[in-house]
Order: sequence, then structure tokens, then C-alpha cells
Amino acid sequence: MKFKSVFDIIGPVMIGPSSSHTAGAARIGRVARDLFGRQPKWAKIHLYGSFAETYKGHSTDVAIVGGLLDYDTFDERIKTSFEEAEKLGMSFEFIPETGHVDHPNTARIVIGDERSEMSLMGISIGGGKIEITELNGFPLRLSGNHPAILVVHEDRSGCIANVANCLYKYDINIGHMEVSRKEKGHMALMVIEIDQNVDRAILDELSELPNITQVTRIAD
Amino acid sequence: MEALFRNVRELVERAEQENKLISEIMIEQEMLLMDRSREDIMKQMDRNLTVMEEAVEKGLNGVHSVSGLTGGDAVLLQEYMKKGNALSGDLLLDAVSKAVATNEVNAAMGTICATPTAGSAGVVPGTLFSVKNKLNPTREQMIRYLFTSGAFGFVVANNASISGAAGGCQAEVGSAAAMAAAAIVEMAGGTPQQSSEAFAITMKNMLGLVCDPVAGLVEVPCVKRNAMGAANAVVAADMALAGVTSRIPCDEVIGAMFEIGQSMPSALRETAKGGLAATPTGKWLESKIFGGAVVGSGQ
Repeated sequence: MKFKSVFDIIGPVMIGPSSSHTAGAARIGRVARDLFGRQPKWAKIHLYGSFAETYKGHSTDVAIVGGLLDYDTFDERIKTSFEEAEKLGMSFEFIPETGHVDHPNTARIVIGDERSEMSLMGISIGGGKIEITELNGFPLRLSGNHPAILVVHEDRSGCIANVANCLYKYDINIGHMEVSRKEKGHMALMVIEIDQNVDRAILDELSELPNITQVTRIAD
Repeated sequence: MEALFRNVRELVERAEQENKLISEIMIEQEMLLMDRSREDIMKQMDRNLTVMEEAVEKGLNGVHSVSGLTGGDAVLLQEYMKKGNALSGDLLLDAVSKAVATNEVNAAMGTICATPTAGSAGVVPGTLFSVKNKLNPTREQMIRYLFTSGAFGFVVANNASISGAAGGCQAEVGSAAAMAAAAIVEMAGGTPQQSSEAFAITMKNMLGLVCDPVAGLVEVPCVKRNAMGAANAVVAADMALAGVTSRIPCDEVIGAMFEIGQSMPSALRETAKGGLAATPTGKWLESKIFGGAVVGSGQ
């Protein structure tokens, strides 16, 4: 079931003109910003399918930049996000792509600053609802319906058990979990959907565990 | 957690067996699946209703989009109705004008509530605020109208699609119109089964509708498709209340909509490459709005 809430259907409250191309686009941008954890300095935004064909008409561009500035779908500042980005010193570039993708409304957002960079692929599946399909080259499925923790780690035994134990200590229930890796023994990613939001302190504790590289969360 | 219904048949059966309104089943499912209190859910929908009221009001005062393609038609319709010789009747035209008002606000980058999408946001509130004048519902009944619409939209979104890029305009305005028809029936005192008949009758008449926005903007023909979606919804609701039924069951109509969407060429699914977008005037408007560089023109 892709759509769980009635407010996916009657909602979101948003700035027009398109739920998939404006509201959904803003949400993809905002998830990228969330995962990056701070205001990026630059952004390269690749657009595919209908996103690539009609992004200007649907204000997909201002919406994604608005999301990267942490604006919600109904934030009036979406309209002037290009100017706001300039004020904050974030440069951005839109690259319409012609390659085939599985979903017609797909965006790949590459963001970064002097410290690091990150790449995320998101799709807008209708009515403002989105899914994140890839992070730094890892395929993943994040419904966006629940808070989630993303843990980048070394592919070593015990990592998963340590993270699960830590969450158990704070009585945090895991609703859905996926683990993937690019290559045996190298970098791996845990995606953990949980029932409640977690405190920063718990994330910090997770990141102190052995072989853990980076921990981020996506709030509900 | 299991959903209370996965298709329209289960939704109607549950409502009839428990002697409840469809809106009530939707509220109960929301409480169950999202683990939220009734009060909390009702409050959020009340806020969405307020957003819809404000959008209609704004549109009836007259708005224009940045491109200049749309705006002002809601005002024209209201002025025409005041003259008193409207052929199709005041309730129908009122629904049409309020649907147009909402979409004109959307096109002008105003604040709206997607129902189920922004491009189709006019139909549900347009019909609601028109039928309201005849049925005099309480605030709670108006909120319930949105839950009934949402229950049917929930089925479409999970079993077919509500995205124009995936399924064409039939998935957006088609779904919105059918959702509204079902909600009108409940507000008018019809049975859950009659709601599903109204949904099926409306959706059948929206099948095959392509998504071909001129210049990729949610304006032409979107605003007028919302107008006709609203008219379709009101008429289908009347038909169902009169006892007319759909030969093809509701869930099969939704299945047909999905199949049709799957077989629609990409040029007719929100890429602005086919249909009205590809007409000489459509192309001319596109180049006028975006300057020399024609976005997505044929290679």
C-alpha cells in the first residue's frame, strides 16, 4: 500500500501549481537537505522524464531549491527560493536528462559543501507523495510515512546487532529495515524505519559505535 | 496493520454491515493506520477545508497567472449567473465557477489543498461549496465530505494512480470528479452503494482523458477540465440518487482506468509533447511564454 493516509489524498496544503511537480519536488529537495544535515553550498539537480520536459512550467525548479532551503510545501517563500538561495550563497544548476528512468517524475540531486557531498534520487508518485530510491549509489525504499534512520557503515559483522541493541535500549521499535552494500567488506547502508522520532543524542550514540561512518535521520 | 478496505467493494460492504457512513469508515481507518486520535484527524481536515474556502474566495475575487493563460473565468461565470438566465442551472454553474476559482488560484501559485492533486484541486471543493447551498450541511458534514472523497481516492491511489504523469488526466481530474460524485451522494443522504455507483458513472465518462498541458503549465486545459469534472460529478450524483446503476462495477472501472493509463503514450502523460500542447496554438503559446527556446519541442 503506497498511500496510507487520507491526507495523502486530501492534501497536502501547498503552493501551486502541481502536487507532483511542485509539492513533491519540494519534498524531495527537503529530504536531501535533511539527510545532508546542513545547508549545502552547491546543488546539481538532474531531472528525468516529465520533470525534465515541464520543470519550468510547473515551478519544479523553484520548489526543489525551496526544499533544499528547508521549506515546507505550503511555504510562500518557495516562490522566491532562487533569490533566497542566492542570499544564502547556495549555487545551483538544473540539468534536464534524456535517459530512461523507471518513473516519469524522477530527480537526482547532488549537493555538497567544502566538507562532503551527497547524491540522492527521488521520485514523485502523485498527489505530492514521494519515495527516495537511491542514496549515494545505494538503492533504497523510503516511504516517507515514518521517521527513518540511515546508517552508513563498514560491511563488518556485528554492526547491525550493535545498532539494533542501541535502539532496543531506548525502547525504539523497528518497523522496517533494509541493509545493502556496494561490495563485500566495503561500505554498507542500513535503512531503519521506526515508529517514533529519535533524539539527536541517540543518533550521536549510534555514530560512536564501531565501524559506523555516518548517521542521519528523516523526521516524519 | 491491516487496512479496513482495499477496494470499493470492501468499503461499501463494511459501511453497510456496520451501518456507518463511508466517511466514518475512512476516519476509523485513519485512526487505526496512522495511530492518531479522532479529534486530531478531524482538526487537520477542518484546516484543509479552511484552505479550500480561502482559495475559492480568492479565486472568485479574480486572480491571474504569471503566464497570463488563465484567470478571471470564475468571475465571468458568477456575473453571468447573477443575470438569472443560466441554462444549466445555478447549482451546476456555481460548482463549475468554484472549481475554476480554485484552479485559477493554483495556477497563480496560490495556496491550495491538493484533492487528490493540485491540478485537479478544483473539483472536490467546487462541488462541495455549491451543493452546500442546497443541502445546508453542518461543518462536520462538510468535513465528512472530504473524508468520503478521500476514501474513494485512497482506493484509486493504491490500486491505480492519481498521477497525470503515470496515468493521464483521467487519473487526476477523472479521480477527483468521481470522488466528488461519491461524496455528494453521501451528503445528500444516499446509500454507500449509491456513492459507489456515482463514482463508477463519473469515472467511466473520464476514461481515456489525456494529460496534455500547454507549455507544461497547469493551466490549459487543466482549469476547464476541472470545470467539466465538477459538472460531471454533480450530474452523476443525481443519476445515482435517482437509482441509476453502473453495469461495470466500481473496482473494475478503476482497473480499466489503470490499464488505459499504462497503455497511454508518454507524449500524452504530462510531458507537454502531445495533444493540445502540440497544437499550433499550443506551441505558439509555449514559445511566447518561454521565449525563443521551446521546451521539449520535437527532435
